[in-house]
Amino acid sequence: MTEAKEISIGDIGARGAAADEEFAGDKLTINMGPSHPATHGVLRLNLELDGETVISCDPVIGYLHRGDEKLAENMTYNQFIPYTDRLDYIGPVHNNVTFAMAVEKLAGLEVPARCQSIRLLCCELARLQSHLLGCGVYGMDTGALTVFMYTFTEREKLYTLMEELTGARFTTSYTRIGGLARDIPDGWLGRVLKVVNEMEPVLDEIDKLLSRNRIFYDRTVGVGVISKEDAIAYGLTGPNLRASGVPLDLRKDAPYLGYEQYDFDVPIGANGDCYDRWLVRMEEMRQSIGIIRQAIERMPDGLWYAEDARKIFAPRKEKILTSMEELIQNFMIVTEGPQMPSGEVYFEAENPKGALGFYIVSKGGGVPYRMKIRSPSFCNLSILPKLCQGSMVADVPVILGSLDFVLGECDR
Amino acid sequence: MTELLARFSFLGIRESLDHSAYNCPQAELLGFLKALQEQLGYDLLMDVTAIDHYETSPRFEVVYHLFSTSTHRWIRIASPCSGDEEPKALSVVSLWPGANWHERETYDMLGIHFEGHPDLRRILMWDGYPYYPLRKEFPLAGHEVDLPSAETQARTDVKVMPAPMMGGPFHAGQEGTMRSREPRADDESWTEVKKKAANQATEATPREFKR
Repeated sequence: MTEAKEISIGDIGARGAAADEEFAGDKLTINMGPSHPATHGVLRLNLELDGETVISCDPVIGYLHRGDEKLAENMTYNQFIPYTDRLDYIGPVHNNVTFAMAVEKLAGLEVPARCQSIRLLCCELARLQSHLLGCGVYGMDTGALTVFMYTFTEREKLYTLMEELTGARFTTSYTRIGGLARDIPDGWLGRVLKVVNEMEPVLDEIDKLLSRNRIFYDRTVGVGVISKEDAIAYGLTGPNLRASGVPLDLRKDAPYLGYEQYDFDVPIGANGDCYDRWLVRMEEMRQSIGIIRQAIERMPDGLWYAEDARKIFAPRKEKILTSMEELIQNFMIVTEGPQMPSGEVYFEAENPKGALGFYIVSKGGGVPYRMKIRSPSFCNLSILPKLCQGSMVADVPVILGSLDFVLGECDR
Repeated sequence: MTELLARFSFLGIRESLDHSAYNCPQAELLGFLKALQEQLGYDLLMDVTAIDHYETSPRFEVVYHLFSTSTHRWIRIASPCSGDEEPKALSVVSLWPGANWHERETYDMLGIHFEGHPDLRRILMWDGYPYYPLRKEFPLAGHEVDLPSAETQARTDVKVMPAPMMGGPFHAGQEGTMRSREPRADDESWTEVKKKAANQATEATPREFKR
C-alpha cells in the first residue's frame, strides 16, 4: 500500500506577491505590424506593455492610403468604379453597388426591378465572401486552423461565380451608373443556388467545429467587450454594432434595393464580446443564404439598366453602331462622364463590414467636386485604443480578428 | 424641420437633395449637436468631413452626418470655419469619442485645426508631412517630399530616402531586362538550363538501379 503524504509548499500567492516588486521591470513598447499575420493587412499597433498586459495601444494606419478621395475629384463617376473595388476588397461587388446607388441618388434615377434584384443578389454574395473570410481568419487567429480550410473552399466557389458574372474574381467593377456592366449569364442563377445549397451544411460543420469548442470559447468569451453605449459613441456599424446589442441594420431600417420585400432576421448579440461577434457573423451568413434563395426565386425579367437615363448610362452597343444620336450620346458619356445635377447627397448601405457611405458634393457635370468615403473599417478600428487597454497581449489578435476590418477601406 | 428652425433661431436651411440639412455657426455648434444627440435622438455620428470652397470665403466648411438609431433618419449639419488659410473649428470629441479619428483625418487631409481635440496629429499621412492633400490647390500628382519624418533624422542622425518608385519595396521594377533589375539574376548557379540537366543525367541512373 502506498501512503499519501502531504507536502506543504506554503502560500504561493503570498510569495509571488512579495516578489512582485522585485520582478517589476520596465515597460516595453513593441510594434505589432505593419507586416503581421494577425493584423490582416498593413495595420500597425504601437503597444505599450507591462509584462503581458497592454497599457496603451496606438493604431497607426495609412500604409495603404492611395488618396481615393483626391482621385475621385479628378475623374468621372464611371471611372471611379474600379477604385471602389479596392476599398473593401474582400466583398468588392458590394462597394460597386453602394457607389452606383449613391450617384444614382444624386441623379434622382430609378433602376428597373431586375437590375435591383441582381444588385441585391450580388450584395448578399459579397456578404458571404466577406464573412467567410472574416470567420476563417478569425478562427486562425484563435489557433483553429481547420476552419479556414472549410471557409476558403466555399469562398472559392463564390469567386468562381463572380468571375463568371463579371469577368474578374476580385476586381469586379460590375455596376455602372444607371445599371450594370452586363446581364447575368445563362444558367448562372442555378449555379448560385447550387453553391449556397452546398454551403449551408458546411456552416453547420463550422459551428460544430468551433462555436461550442472549449478552447475557442475560453479565448473569446468575455474578451474585448464593447458596451452598447461605447459602440454608439464610437460610431461602430455592421456586425460589430449588432453584436453589442444594437439592432441597427440599414437593410431593415432604411431599406434600399427592395430589401423590405425580403424575409430575413437581424441577429444581435447580448454581451458584445468577441464570441458574440463570431455568432452574429455566422448567423448573418445563414440569413444571407435565405435572401439569396428568395432573390433567385423571384428574379424578375426585364431590363437590367435604366432605359431613360440619357446622358448617364451608355446606350447599347448595337445602337451605337447604327444610330448617330446614340453614338454622340455614348461619346459624351465616355469623354465628359455621366451628367449630374448640382447638389449634395449622402448615401449609406449596409456593407459586410458596416455602413459604407458616400458623401458627394456635385457642382454639375461628370466629375464630383468633393467626395467623402465613410468607411466602416475606419470607424470600427477607432475603438481599438480603448478596447485593447488592459487586455492581455495574447488577446490582441483575437480582438483584431473579431472586429473583421479591411485596411484597403480604412486607409482609402 | 420647422420645429428645429423655430427652436434654434441661428440655423439656416442648407440645400440638399436628400436628408434634411442645416447650416450652423461655429459659436452655437456644440450646443446644437448636444441637443441633437441627447434630446432629438441623433445619437450615431456617422461622418465628419470638410469641403474646400476654393477661392471663396469662408473657404472651409465642416460637415457632420448624424444618424438616429430610433427614427432611422440622417441629418446633415454644416458649419463654416473661421480663417481661410489656417481654418479653425471646434472639436466634438467631448460629445462623441468616435469623432477623434474623423477629426484627425480632416486635419490631415484639409488642415482644419479642431480646437479642444485631445490628440490632433496626422493619421493617414505620416507626421511631418508638409501638405494638406485634399485642398484644391494641391496637384493630383503631388509634391515630392523627403521621407518619412524629421523626427527619425533627429533621433538617429540618418536621413531616410524614399525607395525608388518602381512598384514598392516588395516589388521588382518593370523596366529593362530581368538581369538588370534583379541583381540576383546575375547569379547563374541556379539556372535550370545550364546545371539541372547535367545533374539529372548523373543522378537519375543510380536511383533507378536502387529500386
